[in-house]
Amino acid sequence: MLVRRPTLTAPPRDYTYDATFEGLLTVIFSIYDSRSAPHSIQSAGQAQGGLFAQTAPVATDETLATRVWDGLLKSMDKEARARLYHVFLSEDPQRELLIFRYIELALRLGTDISQHYADDTVRRVQRLAQQMFREKHRMEAFVRFEKTQDELFHATIEPDFDVLPLIAAHFTKRYADQRWLIYDKRRRYGLYYDLQRTDIVQFEQETPGKSAAVSATVLDEREPLFQVLWQAYFDHVNIPERRNLKLHRRHIPLRYWKYLSEKQPREKPFQPIQNKKSIEGKEVTAGQKRLPEQGPKGGARAGLSGSDGATPTRPETAPIVAEP
Amino acid sequence: MNERIQEKLSILADAAKYDVSCSSSGGKRKNENKGLGNAEGMGICHSYTEDGRCVSLLKILLTNHCIFDCAYCVSRRSNDVKRAAFTVDEVVDLTINFYRRNYIEGLFLSSGIFSSPDYTMERLVRIVRKLRTEHNFNGYIHVKTIPGASEELIAEAAMYADRLSVNIELPSELALQTLAPEKNYAEILTPMAQIRDGIRQNKEEKALFKKVPQFATAGQSTQLIVGASGETDLQIIQLSDGLYKGYGLKRVYYSGYIPITDDARLPQITQPPVIREHRLYQTDWLMRFYGFEANEILDPLHPHLDLEIDPKLAWALRNRHVFPVDINAAPLEMILRIPGVGARSAHRIVAARRFGPLTEADLHKFGVVLKRAKYFLVCRSQQRPALGELDEQTVRRQILFGGKSVRSALVTQQLDLFGAVA
Repeated sequence: MLVRRPTLTAPPRDYTYDATFEGLLTVIFSIYDSRSAPHSIQSAGQAQGGLFAQTAPVATDETLATRVWDGLLKSMDKEARARLYHVFLSEDPQRELLIFRYIELALRLGTDISQHYADDTVRRVQRLAQQMFREKHRMEAFVRFEKTQDELFHATIEPDFDVLPLIAAHFTKRYADQRWLIYDKRRRYGLYYDLQRTDIVQFEQETPGKSAAVSATVLDEREPLFQVLWQAYFDHVNIPERRNLKLHRRHIPLRYWKYLSEKQPREKPFQPIQNKKSIEGKEVTAGQKRLPEQGPKGGARAGLSGSDGATPTRPETAPIVAEP
Repeated sequence: MNERIQEKLSILADAAKYDVSCSSSGGKRKNENKGLGNAEGMGICHSYTEDGRCVSLLKILLTNHCIFDCAYCVSRRSNDVKRAAFTVDEVVDLTINFYRRNYIEGLFLSSGIFSSPDYTMERLVRIVRKLRTEHNFNGYIHVKTIPGASEELIAEAAMYADRLSVNIELPSELALQTLAPEKNYAEILTPMAQIRDGIRQNKEEKALFKKVPQFATAGQSTQLIVGASGETDLQIIQLSDGLYKGYGLKRVYYSGYIPITDDARLPQITQPPVIREHRLYQTDWLMRFYGFEANEILDPLHPHLDLEIDPKLAWALRNRHVFPVDINAAPLEMILRIPGVGARSAHRIVAARRFGPLTEADLHKFGVVLKRAKYFLVCRSQQRPALGELDEQTVRRQILFGGKSVRSALVTQQLDLFGAVA
């Protein structure tokens, strides 16, 4: 069967658009409509006209955008199409041209190219989509809500990419019974869930720093307690013998620490639980409780039987509290 | 009151941290009741400790009082540590409030054994029942079953928990007898078999009926302590292999022994054996995702994993006759066996070669570690000295110390420590 493949025979142009995804889809339409390949695709605000360049401003058209979006399914599956949207959200300076090139290659080869990993455009799209996925996943992990007096759970984030549209479904499903707000400070908008639905909310002026955004006075009475408890938990699950800060920072890069409650300064310095006997030859640090002598060490060592040799000292403990 | 709860949390989190499992994936619990939480799909690590481990769940003991005296355990009866116990409501309150703030994926609940196994298990069950039924909590719950607890209690726990686990801890019955005299393999394996059968039966019922209660949908796991007793790596991976195949476990965790006592029955080491632990995990992955059999990786002649090189490379060096593999023609199973080619790269190679023959430069872009892989593969129109002409030691040296070899400081340090010249 002969497939008619569109060819771009007219001289290339510099396209400008309104920086929305619908706008970009309209640009794609107009590229094939006018048969002029893009020399560049830039948002109208940032466009830098070349010396001899002919800029072609494209007005966003919802109908045309939808036509292109639906039409993409003829040359790729839904997953691949979603990847292109994720690439758009990545804010990569080359994203518009990259999306065009991907679509152009898919049309030209007339087959599903999502696994054509040897091709630079395909791999770049995969890579950006993967980076987006990672950032989305990080934001699902690193959001820390603070509860306010009026029962709103509030969080501030500054993700590398524009991931709010991608995390909305996750948080809506998860926190169905509490009102919450996640605010992207860098992009100055947020997601707000009111127990019924999640909406995008814009903020008129920049809200100042995190601490001022939700000031301590409006926090729920028990909020500071849970932050302290979380910090205590975080400190105590660490195994100092296995300390590996390089790995730690690879998992939580420094730039995310700002909004993580477990990474804030402690009110009281961390006190390790003294849960191991001093190993012979190892220094007993100041403040560490010295254990009562338990009979001759040699004796205990010689016997490899089940018991320790010496009578174990019963620790001083409160009896187990019987539960109601 | 607040001070006390903080102290309890500190003590009981500290005592639970030696359990390395933190996985929160594989659950199928959806939020369908407009309740709190959702545990479908992939797990999330909400934070990472300074030792680089994932913090996904609120991992605590209900109490660290224990009637057992296992030598390797901080909470053993004879150890002089601060003891504490949570009430049921305290655990519920902490879980819900941590979850609401997006600190955690759910709860990992274990306990020292106080009074009796059933007494302890009954309290664990009470907590998870309360979370599920009174608080509509759909987050992830991992419950440790207490060795010796009754079948009924374990079955009830499985209704509410996503994952159950019993830790074997010591990789041989002999070590168990010496180091944990109150425990025995039968008490550990019986509940494991019970959970396995329960999961199977639950699957069959799901196929027949619409509404069937959940039963540990994320499966069960266990943990083995490495380096506290004298087992070889061969014994350890044979045990894991048996657990995966015989008991359908989702995961076996390996925990490098951390010296927490100077008990004479335990080895005196200053550093946990993290490299050995890492090699065991690599082996575990080879068995689960790369189609390797346990007896291919180690055998009675080679009972220990090579600490210097990864187990796939070690296997390849011993089996040079199957190489080089033609990446443009070989089946996936063989591509997976090339050292330096991960599972993801292997799948990419097989998918991408449909569009045209691949070169070494392509492989590099896919993320293949050519430093190791180049000795074991051929691409089109590329000829290098056949592997057969190089002896094992030469290849090994070139990979370890060749041109751009970068070795992690940790590896070097640990190898020095153990004086390991394998």
